[in-house]
Amino acid sequence: MPSFVILEKCDGCKGQDKTACQYICPNDLMVLDKETMKAYNRDPQMCWECYNCVKICPQQAVDVRGYADFVPLGASVVPLRSSDSIMWTVKFRNGTIKRFKFPIRTTPEGSAEPSGGWPDGPDDINGQALFTEPESLGIPEVPTLKK
Amino acid sequence: MPNFETVEVTTDLLILGGGMAACGAAVEAAYWAKKHGLKVTLVDKAAMDRSGAVAMGLSAINQYIGLKDGANTVEDYVRYVRNDLMGITREDLVYDIARHVDSTVHLFEKWGLPIWKDEQGNYVHEGRWQIMINGESYKVVVAEAAKNALGTDNIYERVFIVEPLLDGDRIAGAVGFSVREEKFYVFKAKAVLAAMGGAVHVFKPRSSGEGLGRAWYPPWNSGSSFYFTAKAGAEQTCQEVRFIPVRFKDGYGPVGAWFLLFKSRATNALGGEYMVERADELEKWAPYGTSKPIPANLRNWLGMLDVMEGKGPIYMRTEEAIQKIAASAGDEKAAKKKLRELEAEAWEDFLDMTISQAILWAGQNIAPEEKPSEIAAAEPYFIGSHSGASGAWVSGPEDIAPPEYNWGYNRMATIKGLFCAGDASGASSHKFSSGSHAEGRIAAKSAIRFILENNTQPNVDSAKVEELKATILKPLETYEKFAPMSSDPNINPNFIKPKDFMFRLQKIMDEYAGGVSAQFSTNQHLLERGLELLEFLKEDSEKLAASNLHELMRCWENVQRMWQAEAHVRSILFREETRWPGYYFRADKPNMDEANWKVFVNCKWDPNTGEWEMIKRPIISILD
Repeated sequence: MPSFVILEKCDGCKGQDKTACQYICPNDLMVLDKETMKAYNRDPQMCWECYNCVKICPQQAVDVRGYADFVPLGASVVPLRSSDSIMWTVKFRNGTIKRFKFPIRTTPEGSAEPSGGWPDGPDDINGQALFTEPESLGIPEVPTLKK
Repeated sequence: MPNFETVEVTTDLLILGGGMAACGAAVEAAYWAKKHGLKVTLVDKAAMDRSGAVAMGLSAINQYIGLKDGANTVEDYVRYVRNDLMGITREDLVYDIARHVDSTVHLFEKWGLPIWKDEQGNYVHEGRWQIMINGESYKVVVAEAAKNALGTDNIYERVFIVEPLLDGDRIAGAVGFSVREEKFYVFKAKAVLAAMGGAVHVFKPRSSGEGLGRAWYPPWNSGSSFYFTAKAGAEQTCQEVRFIPVRFKDGYGPVGAWFLLFKSRATNALGGEYMVERADELEKWAPYGTSKPIPANLRNWLGMLDVMEGKGPIYMRTEEAIQKIAASAGDEKAAKKKLRELEAEAWEDFLDMTISQAILWAGQNIAPEEKPSEIAAAEPYFIGSHSGASGAWVSGPEDIAPPEYNWGYNRMATIKGLFCAGDASGASSHKFSSGSHAEGRIAAKSAIRFILENNTQPNVDSAKVEELKATILKPLETYEKFAPMSSDPNINPNFIKPKDFMFRLQKIMDEYAGGVSAQFSTNQHLLERGLELLEFLKEDSEKLAASNLHELMRCWENVQRMWQAEAHVRSILFREETRWPGYYFRADKPNMDEANWKVFVNCKWDPNTGEWEMIKRPIISILD
C-alpha cells in the first residue's frame, strides 16, 4: 500500500498546523484527518515509497507495506534515522533479519555554508568562473577550449 | 470563480523548482545578487529538504571528472556523452557542465555529504565518472546550503507553478497556486530560471495497481519545465530522446554498482550473455555502436532482442559477481569478511535510493550472494539530466559555443530572460545530480548578468493575469457545478477527473507511441493515429475537474504531461529514422540515416497561432 499510518501510534502531531508527514511528502499525499486527528496517505497509487514520511514521523507511526501488485507479503524495511546516521532493519518473508547502519552526513545539521569556506573567485560577472572557482575546482583556472 | 486571494510577489530573479538544479541556482544566484543588490525568490511545489528527483537519496554521484588529480579531461567526458547519445549532443553545453561539476561535488563534501574514500583518501569510484556516497541525506544537505544562501523568507514552498507571464518577447514572471491554502500567486521577475524537473507517467507504467507510483524517476515529475518553457514559446530540442532505464525488475533498483563496481554479468534464462552473443548487431549502429563504452540504448537493445526472441527472463548475476570478488580476497576468513562488506554495500545501494527494491528482495527472499535477480526495461521517461536529452534549446557559453549555439546569455532559452537548467535544458545529457547542480549555478550567474544588463521590470498585463487565474482555477468550479448530479464523484458526463485523464494519456502513449506493451516500437501510422487521439484528449482537458487543491495540482500536472506527450509524438514522427533502438524503434524506418538525420530535431509552439513548428538544427562539433 506504500505508506500507511499505524492508527494507535499516530497523534496527529498534537494539533500543530500540519503534521510532519504532511510537511515532508514530496508528492503531497500525506494529510491529516481533522476529525480523527490521524494522518493518512490519500493516494497510495501515487506513492514512490521514498520513506520520507516514515523517516520524519516523531511517533514512528508511519510504515510501508510493499506494493501489493508485485511484492509477496511478509517483508518489512524499517529505518531509524538520527542526525548523523541511519539504521535499517530488513525483515525477509522467511523471517531472516538483516541490520545495516550507514552514515548520512559528516557535519552538524544546519551548518552548510554556501561557499564551503572557499575564498571568492575573480568576482567577474562576465567571466566563466563561478563564485567559488577556481579554488573549489582544485586547479588554477576554469578550463576552456582554444577556438 | 472560487474566491482565491491573489498574492503578488515582485522580485529580480525567480527560480522555479527546488531540486538539484534549483538548489545550485540558489547558491550561485545569492552570491551575485548580494553583490549587486538584487532579490532572488525560489518557488518549490514541495518541501525543499526532500523535493525533486533526489528526494529519497542516491547511492552514487554519476558525474565527477577528477580534474584536480588529472584523472580525466573535460574533453574525455564530452566524447563519452556524444557517443552515448549516438552523436546527437550539444558539445558546448556538455563541456560547460563538465568543467564546473567537480567544483560542485567538492562543495557537497564540505556541506557534509559523506563520499567514500579509499585508504589514500581518494574518492572511491564506481566507474570512470561515478563516485560512491552515503547518500541518504544528499538532498537534505544540498537544500540546506541553498536555504542558508537565500534565506527562508525568499522561498515559497508548496506553491505549484502553472503558466509563464510574458511581456512581448521577454519573460515577465510566472503564476500558480498554493496547494495548501486558497491563494493564487503572481510572481513578477526580470528573469526566470526554470528547473522543475522532467516527466514521468506520460507512458503507462509496467505496474498499474498500487505499484503505479513505483516509477524509476519520481512520479511528481510531471513535465512542469517542458510545459512552462513551451508555453512561453521557447524552442525545444531532443523531444524524441526519451530514456528507458534497464533496472532490477519492478522495484527499479539501481544496476550501476552491479555492472560497474561488482563487474556483474547479465544473462538470459539460458545462460547466454546478450552483450557477447549479439555483438555483431552493434556494427549496424556504427560508429557509435562500435565505440566503447557501448551506448546505453544499444545495451538495452541487445537485451530487448533476447526478450523478443523468447529468451527471458534476463538476470543480473549477482551471486556470481559477489562470490568472485569474495574469493579473490584471499583465505577463507578474508573471503568471509569481504562477503559481509559486499552484502552491506549491495543493500545500501538500494536503501539509499530505491527502498522498494529492498522490500521486494526481502519479500522474495532474495539474498544477492545466493541467487540472481531479474532486470527489465522500464517505461519511457523524459529526463534531460540522465541518458535522455529532452529539454529547452538554450544558448551556450560564449567562450566555447559556435555562433549558431550562442545568442548572448549562457543557458538562456529562445525567450529573453528565460533560463533553464537540469531536466529543463536539452541536448546536454549525463549531467545527473551533480551536473544538474553545476548547470543551475551556471544558469543563475548568467541570469544575474542578464538582469544587470536589462535592469527594468517587465510589464505584466493585469487582464491577462485575471484570465489565467480563471483558467487555472476552473477545474474547481467545474467540479462544484456538476458533481451533485451523480452518485459517483468520479463518474460524471460533464467532466473528467485528473487520474482518469492520466490513464487515458498513458494508454494512448503506450499503444501508439511505443510504450512497454508495444515493446517500444511504433510507426508513422500509429503516431498519426496517436495524434488524433491526443487531440480529443486536449479538448477534454477543458473539462478537467478537481474536488480540492491537491486534485487541482493533479489536473495541471496531467495537462503538462499531455503537452510533453504531444511534443514527443511530433518529434518521433518528424525524425524519419531509428537512431536509439533501445529507447524506441520506428518499425517503418528501421535504420539509422546519418546523411539526413544527424541533426537536432527541434520544435516550437507559437503562443500567437497555437501551431507547432518542426525544425532541423545542425550538429556542430567542438572536438574532433
